[in-house]
Amino acid sequence: MSVKLTSRQVGDVTVIDAAGRITLGEGASAFRDAIRGFVAKGDKKILLNLADVTYIDSSGIGELVSGFTTVTNSGGQLKLVGLSKRVKDLLQITKLYTVFEVYDDEAEAVRSFH
Amino acid sequence: METIQTTLDSTLQTADKAEDLAMQEAAKLGLDDDAQHQVGMAVRECTVNAVVHGNRYNKNKRVHLQIERSDSELTITIGDEGEGFDLNSLPDPLAPENLLRQSGRGLMLARAFMDDFDLHPRPGGGTEVRLVKHASES
Repeated sequence: MSVKLTSRQVGDVTVIDAAGRITLGEGASAFRDAIRGFVAKGDKKILLNLADVTYIDSSGIGELVSGFTTVTNSGGQLKLVGLSKRVKDLLQITKLYTVFEVYDDEAEAVRSFH
Repeated sequence: METIQTTLDSTLQTADKAEDLAMQEAAKLGLDDDAQHQVGMAVRECTVNAVVHGNRYNKNKRVHLQIERSDSELTITIGDEGEGFDLNSLPDPLAPENLLRQSGRGLMLARAFMDDFDLHPRPGGGTEVRLVKHASES
């Protein structure tokens, strides 16, 4: 199963619920296209919920970074919530914990945009 | 000692196959779920590297996978038929100036997840990665 992305609004924050695998190929490109689409329609506050993501490889990590850069360069913010222990470990190993704002709780993450 | 030896196509599906085989052998070794995942991901990253950067998706080139399982460890070698490269020539993905690069983390993750990691020229051409995971580390 590749990644499935659905979005919802919580106030002015766009929450993207990701589910499945973000890996090289279809999963990573679907993720990239989705982030660019949200930015293109003017979304500035994006919270990426990874609670149902079962697997991320280095290409998936690269797409998270690319998404972060895309959103930041458009003047917006991209934050993460709902990371599994394995994804947290990946961010630790790659030192990306120092780049991303990561939250365990969605309400807290939404509040952090204001 | 149980040995699996196979040659695989230079496609991304090969990464799925190699990962599945490695995880099955990791389970037989008695590694826990997290360690199985680490072995699978390390093999996936190295196989993707072999397909994408080594063989460059060339359908005439093959990926060579060998998995040896003893009572105490798993030894996995993944070889490609590419032009070879120097590991030291790769940018450090942990350097502050490289943190926002989109790629370049695969081999670093493989190294982090395994007990031993060695990359060397493959006899006959190409590059070979040797990964070892000890049972006692689980």
